[in-house]
Amino acid sequence: MPVKNKANVVIIGGGVVGLAVAYNLALLGIKDVVLLERAYLGSGATSRCGAGIRQQWGTEMNCALARKSMDIFENMNEMLEVKRDIELKQKGYLLLAFSEEEMEQFRKNLKVQSKYDIPSREVTPRKARDIVPHLNLEGIVGGAFCPTDGHVNPFLVTEAYANAARRLGVDIYTYTEALDIEISGSKITGVRTDQGLIKTDRVVNAAGGYSQQIGEMVGLDLPVKSERHEILVTEKIEPLQGPMVMSFSYNIYCQQTPEGPFLMGYGDPDEPESYNLNSSWHFLEEMTRKAARLLPPLKHLRVIRQWAGLYNITPDRQPIIAESEEVPGFFMAIGFSGHGFMIAPMTGVLLAEMIAGEDPSLEFKLEPGRFERGDLILEPSVV
Amino acid sequence: MEPQNTIICRCEDLTLAEVEEVIAEGYTTIEEIKRICRLGMGPCRGSTCLQLIDRILARQRNCGREEIKMPTNRPPLEGIKMKELAGDAGEK
Ligand SMILES: Cc1cc2nc3c(=O)[nH]c(=O)nc-3n(C[C@H](O)[C@H](O)[C@H](O)COP(=O)(O)OP(=O)(O)OC[C@H]3O[C@@H](n4cnc5c(N)ncnc54)[C@H](O)[C@@H]3O)c2cc1C
Repeated sequence: MPVKNKANVVIIGGGVVGLAVAYNLALLGIKDVVLLERAYLGSGATSRCGAGIRQQWGTEMNCALARKSMDIFENMNEMLEVKRDIELKQKGYLLLAFSEEEMEQFRKNLKVQSKYDIPSREVTPRKARDIVPHLNLEGIVGGAFCPTDGHVNPFLVTEAYANAARRLGVDIYTYTEALDIEISGSKITGVRTDQGLIKTDRVVNAAGGYSQQIGEMVGLDLPVKSERHEILVTEKIEPLQGPMVMSFSYNIYCQQTPEGPFLMGYGDPDEPESYNLNSSWHFLEEMTRKAARLLPPLKHLRVIRQWAGLYNITPDRQPIIAESEEVPGFFMAIGFSGHGFMIAPMTGVLLAEMIAGEDPSLEFKLEPGRFERGDLILEPSVV
Repeated sequence: MEPQNTIICRCEDLTLAEVEEVIAEGYTTIEEIKRICRLGMGPCRGSTCLQLIDRILARQRNCGREEIKMPTNRPPLEGIKMKELAGDAGEK
């Protein structure tokens, strides 16, 4: 489909982040918003992700972002007038500690979380087993549990934002690729697509695992890299496990989705930087070994499918949500480092406010300059 | 047979009418249809429905079956039990 030849803002990337930004811009009354997606909506990391949403973070900013995003997820069916329920399931996240040191960190995090009304609490190993009866307690010294964390269906959330954005007048072009960004001086003048040129002076980089390529289009070497992360799904069974079970040190996340299958993954510390999306046999073996040890009854389940998606990672594993200082009008919502789905609702709100020149509804600082200054965000709770 | 009585995907209990409605909403690739209504996501891994969906799509889009892109064939080809993959950890 040929594209419009002029726009107020052009968003590159039709994942959950780009669509949340599009919807919120339209909600603030910004007209002529265009979103470009080179495949179908959600085809990137969004529909490949683990669908987990948690509020148990260790920095004030992340607690605020996650808590407020949860408020939005809880009201999303009504707010976005969805056609299909987004399948929110709040059965909690159980985080497991395998050393006293890890447990100490959890206690510190819990203090921060309580300031933000996040109803998380410390659990003893025995309490952990009350919550997840099939848990193997070997090596576990304790944990933290937040009953309102959980799961939402990423593809349906994406659809919900897309439909709501369209109703507010946003033009969404799928199978349309941004090829280059035209610049004169340091000012953006347009986006060249495979369906024609769109004149604009504002661009949003929401290209997920390909965000560095969009950066190159305006001459920026963005501090992000991409890395494959694998995941698998089992056959469905009757409800067995309420919460997501997760451990940073044992390196696993595993949840049962509302329809009944289990989703699980871990981060391979030796994974190289790449755009590789192939599935590996190594992952299948290591994943099933980890799951069978921690959650023994799951070993009887059949693996139905495995796949991979890209994490877009920054040096401190915290996102960049900012306008470029070098190229004014170039906005970024990138580098989500494996947790961009759960904070997409607030990302959409905050970036739209920034573009519209309004006061942010919560205080945050996620500019890329922190990497040059060596002023990294120290978030202890990343996978 | 009536579209509302014709089961296309047995694992997910989806009728032809339901699938046609999703296509009418504008989801015109198998990848999207899978994600919206779980077509082909069950234990049989699409062995029936994926043989039918390309015909349905071709009819609705008025094109040849060969023009419909089939989804990525994701491993493992047959559902394998975790304990068979996990080696020793699965034995205990
Ligand atoms: C295996 C795995 C598990 C995960 N689990 C979780 C989880 O449990 N919870 C959580 O919160 N997060 C999770 N994540 C992270 C989460 O998926 C991402 O942070 C989030 O989806 C990012 O959304 P996005 O919209 O920024 O990117 P994407 O969804 O990747 O969207 C970017 C889009 O941009 C498009 N694009 C790229 N270049 C161009 C171009 N030149 N022109 C037009 N379009 C372009 C792509 O096609 C893509 O659709 C997981 C990720 C993976 C891979």
